[in-house]
Amino acid sequence: MSETEAFAGGALQIAARVRSGELSARAVTEAALEEIAASEPLLHCFNTITAELALAGADAVDAKVLAGEDPGPLAGVPIALKDNLCTKGVPTTCSSRILQGWRPPYDATVVARLSAAGAVSVGKTNLDEFAMGSSTETSATGPTRNPWDPSRVPGGSSGGSAAAVAAGLVPLALGSDTGGSIRQPAALCGVVGLKPTYGLVSRYGLVAFASSLDQIGPFALTLADAAMTLQVIAGHDERDSTSLTHPVADFATELKRGVEGLRVGVVADFLSEASGSCAAAVRQAADALADAGALVREVAIPELLHGLSAYYLIAPAEASSNLARYDGVRYGLRVDGDDVQAMNARTRSAGFGDEVKRRIMLGTYVLSAGYYDAYYAQAQRVRTVILQSFARAYEDCDVLLAPTTPSVAFPIGAKTADPLEMYLSDLFTIPTNLAGHPALSVPFALGEDGLPVGVQVLAPALGEGQMLRAGAALEAVAAPGARGPVRPQLGGPMAGVAK
Amino acid sequence: MSKYTIAGESGEWELVVGLEVHCELLTKTKLFCGCPNVFGDEPNTNVCPVCLGLPGSLPVLNRRAVEMAMAIGTALGCEIRPSSFHRKNYFYPDMPKDYQVTQYDEPLNVGGALVLGDGTPIGIVRAHMEEDTGKTTHMGGDGRIHGADYSLVDYNRSGVPLVEIVSAPDLRSPEEARSYVSELRAILVATGASDGRMEEGSLRVDANVSVRRVTSHEFGTRCEIKNLNSLRSLVRAIDYEARRQVELLEEGGSVDQETRHWNELEGRTSSMRSKEEAYDYRYFPEPDLVPLAPPAEWLAEVVAGLGLMPADRRERLALALGESSEAIEEQIATVIDLGLDDLVVTTIATGADSRLVMARAANEAAQHPDAARQLDPERFGELIGLEASGTLSATQAKAVLAELLTSGGHPVDIADQLGFKALASDELGAVIDAVITANPGEWERYVGGDDKVAQFLLGKVMRETKGRANGKLVAEALASRRG
Ligand SMILES: [Zn+2]
Repeated sequence: MSETEAFAGGALQIAARVRSGELSARAVTEAALEEIAASEPLLHCFNTITAELALAGADAVDAKVLAGEDPGPLAGVPIALKDNLCTKGVPTTCSSRILQGWRPPYDATVVARLSAAGAVSVGKTNLDEFAMGSSTETSATGPTRNPWDPSRVPGGSSGGSAAAVAAGLVPLALGSDTGGSIRQPAALCGVVGLKPTYGLVSRYGLVAFASSLDQIGPFALTLADAAMTLQVIAGHDERDSTSLTHPVADFATELKRGVEGLRVGVVADFLSEASGSCAAAVRQAADALADAGALVREVAIPELLHGLSAYYLIAPAEASSNLARYDGVRYGLRVDGDDVQAMNARTRSAGFGDEVKRRIMLGTYVLSAGYYDAYYAQAQRVRTVILQSFARAYEDCDVLLAPTTPSVAFPIGAKTADPLEMYLSDLFTIPTNLAGHPALSVPFALGEDGLPVGVQVLAPALGEGQMLRAGAALEAVAAPGARGPVRPQLGGPMAGVAK
Repeated sequence: MSKYTIAGESGEWELVVGLEVHCELLTKTKLFCGCPNVFGDEPNTNVCPVCLGLPGSLPVLNRRAVEMAMAIGTALGCEIRPSSFHRKNYFYPDMPKDYQVTQYDEPLNVGGALVLGDGTPIGIVRAHMEEDTGKTTHMGGDGRIHGADYSLVDYNRSGVPLVEIVSAPDLRSPEEARSYVSELRAILVATGASDGRMEEGSLRVDANVSVRRVTSHEFGTRCEIKNLNSLRSLVRAIDYEARRQVELLEEGGSVDQETRHWNELEGRTSSMRSKEEAYDYRYFPEPDLVPLAPPAEWLAEVVAGLGLMPADRRERLALALGESSEAIEEQIATVIDLGLDDLVVTTIATGADSRLVMARAANEAAQHPDAARQLDPERFGELIGLEASGTLSATQAKAVLAELLTSGGHPVDIADQLGFKALASDELGAVIDAVITANPGEWERYVGGDDKVAQFLLGKVMRETKGRANGKLVAEALASRRG
């Protein structure tokens, strides 16, 4: 069976066909594995492909179907996992040399929940090292390429997951979003990317970058698939103290509710910071929502633009502490030295890439005695201001509309020499993380060079329902061809380029 | 306590000590995971992703540990406040995350005091929660990190809950420091939060020591002394350190603020880390845990579950005993430590002889403390009655008590089973007469007023009766026969 045939209709359709016995999970998995293998030399979406485990998982699903048992809502759906999610017995590298050889003895809560829902994990996707980056170029295993144009980045840090879905290798993938790491690559790759409310999805088993900002979420080609994936992974987990105990809404129902009367605010402050096509897409989206019955207005929240500065103090501070444990003592890389301090230093010097080192140094500095108040504490005050300004905006709005990114996908190498330029890629996504709110990126238009443009829908904490309502309305009127799957241009300028 | 001062050439110096006591809590599981909190198991057997700090793992606070910490705070008269956790960042191989989760500017227990035996109040600054580290063993060399061939790390202790109790710098002598630690230890044991074992490291003490002229009100520069594994080390180390500092100052030098290591064998402290080498811990709020604000009802439950503290229990015992002496003080400390004071007080209330109750509780019952705490005071009183009346000898009473504690039953039945029939007075009379007949010379000397022979005759009678006779009764019978 061809992959196109197997994947027709997306994840929900696959699950329905597998559950009915019309399609075997094994056939779907084999098709996905074949595509992944074929795409890998050009795109490099994956760090690890777990073919044998995937086929065994698929067979288990088929056996359940045969036995008349419930194989779960995602029965037989191939899913790719960002390589910072712990998978029992399967290498989890965070695209870093420092974790080489480490196989976690446990599954992340989301991995266990997906597996229980019948999803079949096919492998671990590439990311910026420890999720620190916006292009997947800081990966120790080399960059992932954008299926729309392999000379460009897929965004990051969850670039491997976004590209895998965009290229039609898998219908679903998980990423993690600390400052935009799901939404930004989703926008650049023309797929749906959803960052849930902080605490809605358990972080247990997600290798920490910045604990107060990290959140796991899905990539999919459709909102319905993303919503179903969120339904499966959301909900309280007693292993995560920051996990919320609220009952989880029924997202499929929310998707169908329409936007009649929904109050939508367009974040004016972001439009002037975005490129022509990215700003234009938001204006079109606003018009479309108004046409569908939403109450649309512009809102000014200038404080959000300070989010970037606060983020680049708070996130590195937490990272400097979270990444201290990679010291060569217990697991991963060890480079011996004359004493334990020398071993620590040599291991970390050899194991971490430049961007990770930059952020560890930055974070260590801002937490140091004498600097804490001026930097870290000040950044926390800015965080509070951002929360308050969001709260004011949400007094009159149910959701906010904004560009996801300042521009379409940029060429590989274009921003690697200028970290600050790279950091600006997350200008519009970061405030959401600082506030702990949900947001999603919907593929909406085609912009410069025929590349996809995403529109971002933001909502207050636990506002996933209204966020999905607005998102569904946008999906319905999105430009034809604005979303994947796309076939990488194998004959294009990148043909034959080794990863 | 007499005033402790150190005489220098230029005048008298006063000692100022503040103590930091780390107390391992007796929870079943660790502070942030479900691993057993057990001492002495095979290395690295009580570990999981959380206490090994594996990537992706997250901490979940142990409810029981919070309760024990609140119990300690309550016992020390602290205010229990809404609190939070911070990360204390520094690299050390036995600390798997390379940071320690601890309470920093918002500790659970704040303020409070501990009153020493002589009535001196010592301020408690705070008593906060934190996690313990693993344990490193340096192989080869002299067992210290420098010169070791390699090191082994055991993470069984990693994540064991600790409460750190920080005293005010109110202690003025090594003896006061000892007295503070032993009273604190008794309190910690009484709350049920600690086993108080310094030698196993479940109670660890660091001392901040400085000196100043007796006329001064300013504090001198302090040194922190580590590796104090016993009360004896504590007293010796503080005394040594005080004299070292006085000597330095008398020579016109100055004390450097530093961390110093106590060497028990050499009896001296040596520099471990200077102020310049001190870690910058880069404390910041632990994002993986939510703030800890115990609701009033929860605290009330903990307070209600807390029994009397050692000072009150000592008073209650002294009242029941109606007297006090050095010997009894030691017995009092033992029964309080083992939680046997309830048994003693209630047994005395049944009318049993108080000195005998105390002696049997502190010596024999103390060998089986768990069983002794369950012992019925009525039966214990019955046994004491049998001994007091002379029906059982001391040896017999001890044997019956041991049986009572290990197998249960009634003292009278046990005595029967063990063949401890009290000697009928005519039987005892016959034995005494026989002994007198067999030892005419000794008897004559005894009658002549030589009391030293009494012990010889008594011993003969005891041997003849195989210990069944009551020594006091035999002595009385011998005396009456002498006329
Ligand atoms: Zn554990």
